[in-house]
Amino acid sequence: MTFSPELEAKFDKLMKSYPPGRLRSALVPMLLFGQDELGSITPELIDEIVNRIGVTRLQVQEVLSYYSMLHTKPLGRHHVQVCTNISCLLRGGDKLWDHVCERTGLKNKEVSADGQVSIEEVECIGACSWAPAVQVNYDFHHNVTREELDRLLDGLEKKQ
Amino acid sequence: MSDLVHLTIDGKPIEAPAGTLLIDAVRKYGIEIPAFCYYEGLALQAACRMCLVEVEKMPKLQTACTLPVAEGMVVRTETPVVADARKAMLELVLTNHPLDCPVCDKGGECELQDMTFRYGAGEGRFNETKQHIDEKQWSPVVFFDRPRCILCYRCVRICNEGMGVAALGIANRAVTSEIIPNEADHLNCDECGMCIDVCPVGALTSGPYRYKTRPWEMDHIATICAHCADGCKTTLGVRNNSIIRANNRDHSGLNGDFLCVKGRFAFDYGASQERLQTPLARVDGKLEPISWTRALKTIAAKFGEVRQRGGAFGVIGSNHTTNEENYYLQKFARQGLGTNNIDHHRTGDVITLIDALAGKGGQLATVEDIYNAPAVVVLGCDLSHQHPMLAYQLRANVRHHQAQIYPITPGPVREDNQATRSLRVDKGGEVEALGSLAAELKQAGGVVILYGDPVKGDAVRKLVDFGESLGVPVKYVALVDYSNSRGAIEMGLTPELLPGMTPSNTGGMRIGQMLASTDLDVLWVVGANPLKNRAALAGKPFLVVQDLFRTETAEQADIVLPAGSAYEKNGTVTNVCGQVQMLKKGIGAMGTKTDLDIFALLAKEMKLDLGPATPDALLAEIRTTVKGYDVVLAVLATGGAAMTGVNGPVAIDVPVDAIHSANDTMYTSGSISRYSKALTSLMEYPGELYSGKSK
Repeated sequence: MTFSPELEAKFDKLMKSYPPGRLRSALVPMLLFGQDELGSITPELIDEIVNRIGVTRLQVQEVLSYYSMLHTKPLGRHHVQVCTNISCLLRGGDKLWDHVCERTGLKNKEVSADGQVSIEEVECIGACSWAPAVQVNYDFHHNVTREELDRLLDGLEKKQ
Repeated sequence: MSDLVHLTIDGKPIEAPAGTLLIDAVRKYGIEIPAFCYYEGLALQAACRMCLVEVEKMPKLQTACTLPVAEGMVVRTETPVVADARKAMLELVLTNHPLDCPVCDKGGECELQDMTFRYGAGEGRFNETKQHIDEKQWSPVVFFDRPRCILCYRCVRICNEGMGVAALGIANRAVTSEIIPNEADHLNCDECGMCIDVCPVGALTSGPYRYKTRPWEMDHIATICAHCADGCKTTLGVRNNSIIRANNRDHSGLNGDFLCVKGRFAFDYGASQERLQTPLARVDGKLEPISWTRALKTIAAKFGEVRQRGGAFGVIGSNHTTNEENYYLQKFARQGLGTNNIDHHRTGDVITLIDALAGKGGQLATVEDIYNAPAVVVLGCDLSHQHPMLAYQLRANVRHHQAQIYPITPGPVREDNQATRSLRVDKGGEVEALGSLAAELKQAGGVVILYGDPVKGDAVRKLVDFGESLGVPVKYVALVDYSNSRGAIEMGLTPELLPGMTPSNTGGMRIGQMLASTDLDVLWVVGANPLKNRAALAGKPFLVVQDLFRTETAEQADIVLPAGSAYEKNGTVTNVCGQVQMLKKGIGAMGTKTDLDIFALLAKEMKLDLGPATPDALLAEIRTTVKGYDVVLAVLATGGAAMTGVNGPVAIDVPVDAIHSANDTMYTSGSISRYSKALTSLMEYPGELYSGKSK
């Protein structure tokens, strides 16, 4: 399968980043970068990675099922992740999550009909000092209030 | 590593080589530290926390499975604190364990049951409803029950490291973790059942065995596997005169914990619907049942009449019958029938090796040597398929001693995955290719060379010359196919050699000549199927066949006698390395007789005096008269393997053209496998050599 030149460059760099016999270390970053480009981890992507770094499909399956940030079904263009782990919970993260559900009409891990937005209730994203925190794709939003969340979601809609 | 360190365990002073893990060190002193995840010889996991012990000056309980012994260490393995910790671990493990012990196959020999009994975790504080997940069938022989699984990962490690197959993995995480097979909902693997064997609980169970019996209701009879030449010990679980399972229960024997798919599951061929249960005789061109008395009388009369008029006999022996049977058969042929036309299907060139090593001594490798050698070369053999146990030892050697491995084969083999270097050569070019490895092998400081059937005759001599030129200790194994291929040669089932590889100095027909001959009056085939892949006999001899089934050869016979299988007799067999082990009768089969009993009855009917014909008496005779077979009886009788010392020179011309392996895969076993439902039901059956199927 063919990838964009940017992704190929990233893969090439990864292939050279590990000592001999340790190529399987490239598995997680390759899955992540591949997911970024393709929207999800497809069987074709898995085949390609298996061939390139010499792991088994079973090993890919192990990693894939372990990490929650790896997805086999396409996400929305904007993947809104609301943390409800302890620090965020204490600062109202659960209410933010309820609001996101209500406002989008989606359930956990669902994608909007137009494929623009998906939402996910996530565990700690390492932003406890600025709880409650929300992550959209790779962007973090700190000390989020309900109003800020609304502006954020409005912004996503405008981006369409 | 060999420096001894001294430590104190439960108040007892003990010593162990530096680097030994605590859990291993104490075993020798009669102390058992319990563990679920720890499995000797595999990578450490430290997942189950059952082996926690108190170590002085260490702040918390330590896992004995990962802690190497240290000088002056003071350890307590059974204290109230330790017992409490283990009890708590059990309480956690049992949180979602179904407690279906009354119907679980593992009940009675379950490590979790034993530990719960020992530490009395009789009540749990977790009273949530248990999560049920339906069990899954992954293959005809492997079933998985997720709720019973305690996630010790033994199965994953044995498949990955022990077998080199890596067919099992772990999906998800935390409480949703589960073992998964490599093909999403089923397995594509060796089907060896090692995962079932190592499972400490009833999470992985055996298809043929499940729900058939309770472990304590069986008799456990240790014998030797009937299939390939490796000679694995297998313990038959027998109830009501039928074999319900086979496993190497106490991990004794040459194979330790190992059994392949044939050893573990292919014991069922003897119970096939197609098994002969009565003698057959040809009446009006068709085989019809007759009584044993009439069958034996008819054969004896025919044999007597042909002998009387100086007619020609041909005798074809078996790769599966015992040493005692082979010895007695050649005696019957040579002394009783006065013929030297005796042969068997030769599957590897042992004879030239023995001759080439004449006067050197100690250069035949044992199974243990394959595990310990600094370097191992495999010539012209797909070892994982054709000799699964030797391949298992080889992999263990790489894991534990970083052995150098050199497969020199016509196609890809599993050993390539661990090889220092693999060479691809056409059949016949193996020994020549070996030359390029001389420097590396010399440096390794010791080599075991295993060679398959492409290496024969002069090539074996060149191989030994090469070995000699290295100047380091070199040992050899001539690979042969079946459970007693080696014994067939050494008990004199060839025209060239009497027992003990003593040249007969008498002419005699080989198999090919017997089948092509138009002059034979009688052809007597014992436990062999020479007509499997060829047209009918050239001549019209009186054909007597002893076998378990109506094979292609039996179909042509004038009289067929139903014989007993290897699991239905006593005796000894010699494995591929030349190690003798004892068979122990597990069951009987209705209407059949062992080959030895058939010989003895025929001898009696013909009024031949060939000496006593019981396994014990014949073993005694073999031990005193056959060169190299003066093995220690106590070793055999206690289930050990005794190395034979058959020695050269063997001054004969080896008929190299007669030597060819049947090239069985790990899923086939000559003419036997088709009668084993366990084997034929596998999607991997019959398998393919040099396909490199593995990780």
